[in-house]
Amino acid sequence: MLPYLGCIILFLIGIYAILTKRNLIKIAIGFCLLEYSVNLFFAFIGYKKDALAPIYANLSQARNFVDPIPQALVLTAIVIGLGTTALLLSVALRIYEKYKTFDIKEIKRLKE
Amino acid sequence: MIELYILLIISIGAGIVAVEIKDLLASAISLGIVGFSVAIMFILTQAPDLAIVQIVVEVLTVVIFVGVILKTTHIDTTLEDKLNVRDYLTKGIFALFGIFFLLFSILALKELPQFGMPIMKIASHYLVKGFEEIRAANQVAAVILDFRGYDTLGEATVLFTSVIGVLTILRKIGKIK
Repeated sequence: MLPYLGCIILFLIGIYAILTKRNLIKIAIGFCLLEYSVNLFFAFIGYKKDALAPIYANLSQARNFVDPIPQALVLTAIVIGLGTTALLLSVALRIYEKYKTFDIKEIKRLKE
Repeated sequence: MIELYILLIISIGAGIVAVEIKDLLASAISLGIVGFSVAIMFILTQAPDLAIVQIVVEVLTVVIFVGVILKTTHIDTTLEDKLNVRDYLTKGIFALFGIFFLLFSILALKELPQFGMPIMKIASHYLVKGFEEIRAANQVAAVILDFRGYDTLGEATVLFTSVIGVLTILRKIGKIK
């Protein structure tokens, strides 16, 4: 159970960054941390002790493999995470160009 | 499995540094440390496909972060001013939430199968059928490209949408008035 708890702690660090930080880049970093922790959790769920990666080296091989389904789901999620991060950072860049700050408090004040 | 615990501790420490440090460039590099330790953990949990994708994505993420920070500013000015009541309030609410989340997750994790012993009910079917029907050596590729092909189509759609979004937000020429 300890590896799972490590993932939960990483998840909580990400939520902490999103909820309490006022810098937009820090919030984007929080999102990245959330994403990594969930991906890692899935990889840990599929892990089987003393098993091999799910790739056949030869045909007569015994089928002692780790679970391939969480790995397939995470493969999709990693790439989607890159898309989300790029979108978040492009919005942050535009906000900086308009308000010259990353502080969300200042952005709220400068609104007409 | 001692390497796994060491890497988890490194990634948690680098995560805390990434969130708390004042220099945003150092923060992006700490995020890189977290991502690459996650990639090594994928290798240790026998997921080489994930490790390859994670390394590529992590390099791109750090490059995007550094590009944005170099174009703007690299000092987190929000850490300079003094904490007021509202900051303490948000931190207190987070502390409450964190304690409850940790307690409930410990209760929920007890119901999961033990680490290293997955149930593999559907996976056993895929592993038996995967080679006979699809003739793919790599079972992860068989799952994403054949058994769950629509999932990958959805992924491509999301990626395409995010690229369109980035290009729309960052375009130089606006609407001509």
